Amino acid sequence: MNYVKLLLLGGVTLFAALASSWARDPAYQLHAVLIMLIGAFMFIRVLRQTDEPPAPMQPQDRYEDGVIRAGVIATAFWGIAGFLVGTFIAFQLAFPELNFDWGQPFTNFGRLRPLHTSAVIFAFGGNALIATSFYVVQRTSGVRLWGGNAGWFVFWGYQLFIVLAATGYLLGATQSKEYAEPEWYTDLWLTVVWLTYLVVFMGTIIKRQEKHIYVANWFYLAFIITVAMLHVVNNMSIPVSIWGSKSVQVFSGVQDAMTQWWYGHNAVGFFLTAGFLGMMYYFVPKQAERPVYSYKLSIIHFWALIFLYIWAGPHHLHYTALPDWAATLGMVFSIVLWMPSWGGMINGLMTLQGAWDKLRTDPILRMFVLSLGFYGMSTFEGPMMSIRAVNSLSHYTDWTIGHVHSGALGWNGMITFGALYFLTPRLWGRKQMHSMAAINWHFWLATLGIVLYAASMWVSGIMEGLMWREVDDQGFLVNSFADTVVAKYPMYVVRGLGGVLFLSGAVIMCWNMWMTIRAGKPSTTALPARFNATPAE
Amino acid sequence: METYSLLREIADSWVLLAMFIFFAGAAIWAFLPSQSKARKDASMIPFRNDNDGNANKRTDDAPKQKSRKQETKSHD
Repeated sequence: MNYVKLLLLGGVTLFAALASSWARDPAYQLHAVLIMLIGAFMFIRVLRQTDEPPAPMQPQDRYEDGVIRAGVIATAFWGIAGFLVGTFIAFQLAFPELNFDWGQPFTNFGRLRPLHTSAVIFAFGGNALIATSFYVVQRTSGVRLWGGNAGWFVFWGYQLFIVLAATGYLLGATQSKEYAEPEWYTDLWLTVVWLTYLVVFMGTIIKRQEKHIYVANWFYLAFIITVAMLHVVNNMSIPVSIWGSKSVQVFSGVQDAMTQWWYGHNAVGFFLTAGFLGMMYYFVPKQAERPVYSYKLSIIHFWALIFLYIWAGPHHLHYTALPDWAATLGMVFSIVLWMPSWGGMINGLMTLQGAWDKLRTDPILRMFVLSLGFYGMSTFEGPMMSIRAVNSLSHYTDWTIGHVHSGALGWNGMITFGALYFLTPRLWGRKQMHSMAAINWHFWLATLGIVLYAASMWVSGIMEGLMWREVDDQGFLVNSFADTVVAKYPMYVVRGLGGVLFLSGAVIMCWNMWMTIRAGKPSTTALPARFNATPAE
Repeated sequence: METYSLLREIADSWVLLAMFIFFAGAAIWAFLPSQSKARKDASMIPFRNDNDGNANKRTDDAPKQKSRKQETKSHD
């Protein structure tokens, strides 16, 4: 086995070495060097273990928590990185001088913006999803993670994907698809990692000891499968050269636009919604110490979401070359989607029935409740904005950005923070976080930050939309584009300040996690005794 | 018939019907009274199998779970 590995790693290292010398562009060259170094490192590592007595097996009667610990730390790290870049580019929009001359073209808004979106969605959100899904699937199946070290491959493989994507953007390697900017070889690598993730997750579910598959796992599984499908279809492209990062899309024109937004909206629907609902259905009941309000409703919630979300994408393409029937279809399904979304929100909130008093004393539960509130708010705002008439005002304005951020910061951010506060003490064997007061500070800083962000973008977006369509009595447009840019300045500053508040809350969280981890040590949790009747070998 | 029209025809008839029936079936199944015990059992899964990171205690919180069941009003 080790000989096969050595052959493979040697081959990869050699290929990457050749690629680094024949590279056509700087992004490809940097990535080739990076892969060469990683390949060489792994080669030496495997070589040192070859023909040695095998290392003692890890005890198999415990949950695999090491990879989750790594995921928790990675989530916090990428969160700070993503929020920092986001706050910086918010100020770049308010103060264009921040597109420093000395940093061109690497630090201009156009290259930092995909870095921000990918860092928060895929690095912060993705790591949170992988870590929590591994945690939840083990706890709700009563078994150790399937596949041995495959879980670690998923973790490190995903970090490599993030690094390839992020450095690629800065050096100009992009296929210019929203939320799917990485070039072909990065996409291929993510496909390998993601399929391994799917196999590990499925394997754990299949060997479960519980009779039923808990509803959180349904959501996680739907998220993993759908993202795999979306990713593969949306990224169909043909590389110009195997020694360069540039590729050409297979689709073109309106087909490409439709595929792009079929992907883009389902990245929201399955990555940022279904996956995070998996978190919600585990962590909210756990923190409230109550089973979910209605298991019936959770089943309906699941199937309705799965059946509806996949059709909603065309609402991004109102008033374009896309046929009207397709845009109307997207609009109708978006509006219907409002109901299951609110069903899910009500299910989460009502889980607190009989435990509402805990909100006074438990800042973590408060975070979960606030995130559900934002889930409800943005899943109302979204369907409304997908209506063609509303969209004619809101599209291309800051309203869209405000909508995305109330969902992303409010729903995804808050539920992830809550999950991190839930997991950190448990994974490092502490009773609770180092400082509960700091969680409170984080809660209020983040909430205020989101309020500033969303409110300023509503004002700015609606103002901008109205200014664009304003005509005088002769039918001429009143405002030039630059007029709207000037008018938005104060709102841009407020938005940037909202980002500063949100970021400082996250910094407090990192300090709190650091202090918690420093005073604890990695703890292991035994598998449930009643499933462990046969002595572990 | 060109591929688009053929696929469109199938999608608009049988596939639509099949998906709708599947969805309706799932919704009805969710409400079946005979599944009520299974739903209750599944909703309690998060409270089993975990001793909350307490390394030296074997997990067996069955009694705790029972008392929680009693105090919680049941919505399956």
